[in-house]
Amino acid sequence: MFLLHEYDIFWAFLIISSLVPILAFWISGVLAPVREGPEKLSSYESGIEPMGDAWLQFRIRYYMFALVFVVFDVETVFLYPWAMSFDVLGVSVFIEAFIFVLILIGGSVYAWRKGALEWS
Amino acid sequence: MIIDTTEVQTINSFSTSGFFKEVYGLIWIIPILTLILEITIGVLVLVWLEREISAAIQQRIGPEYAGPLGILQAIADGTKLLLKEDLLPSRGDIRLFSVGPSIAVISVLLSYLVIPFGYRLVLADLGIGVFLWIAISSIAPIGLLMSGYGSNNKYSFSGGLRAAAQSISYEIPLTLCVLSISLRLEIGRNDQVVLPYDSDLDSSTVDIVEAQSKYGFWGWNLWRQPIGFLVFLISSLAECERLPFDLPEAEEELVAGYQTEYSGIKYALFYLASYLNLLVSSLFVTVLYLGGWNFSIPYIPIPELFRINQMAGIFGMTIDIFITLAKAYLFLFISITTRWTLPRMRIDQLLNLGWKFLLPISLGNLLLTTSSQLVSL
Repeated sequence: MFLLHEYDIFWAFLIISSLVPILAFWISGVLAPVREGPEKLSSYESGIEPMGDAWLQFRIRYYMFALVFVVFDVETVFLYPWAMSFDVLGVSVFIEAFIFVLILIGGSVYAWRKGALEWS
Repeated sequence: MIIDTTEVQTINSFSTSGFFKEVYGLIWIIPILTLILEITIGVLVLVWLEREISAAIQQRIGPEYAGPLGILQAIADGTKLLLKEDLLPSRGDIRLFSVGPSIAVISVLLSYLVIPFGYRLVLADLGIGVFLWIAISSIAPIGLLMSGYGSNNKYSFSGGLRAAAQSISYEIPLTLCVLSISLRLEIGRNDQVVLPYDSDLDSSTVDIVEAQSKYGFWGWNLWRQPIGFLVFLISSLAECERLPFDLPEAEEELVAGYQTEYSGIKYALFYLASYLNLLVSSLFVTVLYLGGWNFSIPYIPIPELFRINQMAGIFGMTIDIFITLAKAYLFLFISITTRWTLPRMRIDQLLNLGWKFLLPISLGNLLLTTSSQLVSL
């Protein structure tokens, strides 16, 4: 069970801050006028009739960026505890962490050279 | 938002006993509501400030009709947007459409939890501190993707994907800079008194500010981590989607990116989230790099002035809050003038800057910091 009491205020703040958009939507639902019309419901395409289906073919480059992001984010997660207890660990741990970072830098150079980070 | 330690201990003792929790639980509402009030006033001031500064840069007069000097302009805009018709796109996913801006706002609001305005003026002095901000601000791209997808519009979808790609690209340099600061930069902790709740894995924001308090102006993390400061500055501007990185809402290219189909209060929520994000980023710059609430002006021969915020009571707390806000608004002034001065970057330039320039530099900064610590150990 999640019994850390220092996070209680986090849950309270989460509930209260999620009331902000709920309250906004409710007030707007009460006060805002609704006048429907067929033109209003069509999607915006610089003033012309929308052509084709709304959902584009997904370009692979978004996936490549997200993939590289996940790799580096997991690396950062592994670096957190190392950086926190840095002063009590010794030189040997630093060298190990350095090797870890070097391996990931190698991966990043590979991704760079292969064109995974290109917006083409 | 002023939490006295005795009050916290009282609340903690009650929560561990569990008996009076229902009765005294409502005390927690007061600091939270005070913080929300402060945030709201901060955002209103920021909106007004942006319009005034942009007007001054463009040599025109800013808002002047809504209230004296136009200070009620933000409230007037918000009220107008509240009363506008809430258009829902046909054949779009209505639930995603509504939840998108809500997630953007909630994730940014939650980050205010760990910002210290004074030594005891922090809503939650968590052990993880700054990493709570990083973790929660990573939720914002989900809101952008939801809004882009649920709008049933090619341009919104494309804009949402681009905005999410930009957001995630600049998170890694941001995280690495924060990591470089959170390194325990104090040697010789063995001879310090170990407090009951002291833990070596502490990266709380209060500790980060306290670590900068030793040498006044020259104790700021700005001098210890100059490269990190620049990288953090650029990354936080990119995270907030401010110019020069505001391609997701570029006026000419994608109309308004993922915000195209939004009207009324949902648009106002995106607007609010953008300014909230800017305010929290500038507060974090203050806490992480500019020394937080410490009063530090160099070369003043009066030593009494440095101890001005050790004065107990309301006066000391007010001075702390004032100093934190002054430093935060300095950074806000810099970011607003940057917005109205620099041209916008293209998406490929933006992503190149994030991945090929800032990421190696911030990684190098981390390794440099750790190796210099190692040399001095």
